[in-house]
Amino acid sequence: MSEIVVQHPVGASVYEPSLFGTYSKKIGMWLFLLSDSLTFGALLFAYTYGRVSTPNWPTPFHSESIRNATIMTAFLLSSSLTMVFAVRAAVQGNAKAQRLWLLATMAFGLGFVILHGREWTNLIAEGLTLPMFPTPPGQGTGEFANVARDVPQFAATFFGLTGMHMVHVTLGVIYLGIIAFRKKFIPILLGLWLLAWLATPAYSPFHYGAHLILIAAIISAVILWLKPKVYDASDIEVAGLYWHFVDLVWMFIFPLVYLMSTKIIG
Amino acid sequence: MDATQLGLEQRVAEQHRHHGKAQFLWVWVALLIMTAIEVYLAYQNLEPVRMLSILMGLSILKAGLIIAYFMHMKFEMTQMRWLTMSSLVFCLAMMMVFLPDAFRILHIGVNLGVK
Repeated sequence: MSEIVVQHPVGASVYEPSLFGTYSKKIGMWLFLLSDSLTFGALLFAYTYGRVSTPNWPTPFHSESIRNATIMTAFLLSSSLTMVFAVRAAVQGNAKAQRLWLLATMAFGLGFVILHGREWTNLIAEGLTLPMFPTPPGQGTGEFANVARDVPQFAATFFGLTGMHMVHVTLGVIYLGIIAFRKKFIPILLGLWLLAWLATPAYSPFHYGAHLILIAAIISAVILWLKPKVYDASDIEVAGLYWHFVDLVWMFIFPLVYLMSTKIIG
Repeated sequence: MDATQLGLEQRVAEQHRHHGKAQFLWVWVALLIMTAIEVYLAYQNLEPVRMLSILMGLSILKAGLIIAYFMHMKFEMTQMRWLTMSSLVFCLAMMMVFLPDAFRILHIGVNLGVK
């Protein structure tokens, strides 16, 4: 029986061309984003369901909260613009501009997380909390203490939805940092973890949430150690898809959670 | 790397080179304006259903702009556009099937089984 040896020219593909006309890691990221959008869809649905079925649903957001959330929205929209410019610089081979645009995107993302953290801290101080959160001093006396007691589904869906989004933004900033600086970003991450851990009081959920940065730093270090590579334009584009998705989800959280629960006085 | 993948990456990069900064700036400005309109509406004391309809309409428009331009979907192949977007819309719409149950609870209350 004769053996048939199929030979391919050097560098030629042995696979059929992609049905979608794009590279596989981009299709992979799109599939992840589709599944992730169902996660957020379920959380947004839970919030909407709770709101519709609860007659005394609270509307706790004063103009200060709305102003804060509007600035956060502007930060995310601007970060998407700088991300697009980073992808553009990457395909043009302009490494310096690419890194600067990525840094700008990370700065906007970090600003969003800080403002969101401030918002959470204020709400918790006013008594809007979850049983799983550590007990802050003077709990049960703030403006929203009765909200947490009478309509517990508000705090559960609010913190669940916005917390999941905050985790996504934090991981997005870390993802972009790794893409931009690779191994050099690990010590920065560890520094950020220590800062977040030590600068927050023990009764703050962020005191424990800061450990997410440590876990991300360890996982990133293992990935960079197992597969060291220079990230190219396609990697930046795939990271950009993730970042834009995080922005896109906020475009629904902001009106549904904040603007529909505005406390209008007078 | 596989030559097919490399070729596809180069093709996508070539597409990106032809997009000017001005196009993205316009999209960004449009998104900011729509956000400003949303915030303005929040203080107009509109009837909740009307307010929700307008806000959701603007949000879908904003999401469409982000997906089409920032996420580059407008420039992808037709198969990619249809398969991803139709499956997403279908799955999210399926979730909404359960929403009328929330109105039922609102009108008849929760039956805790206590006689």
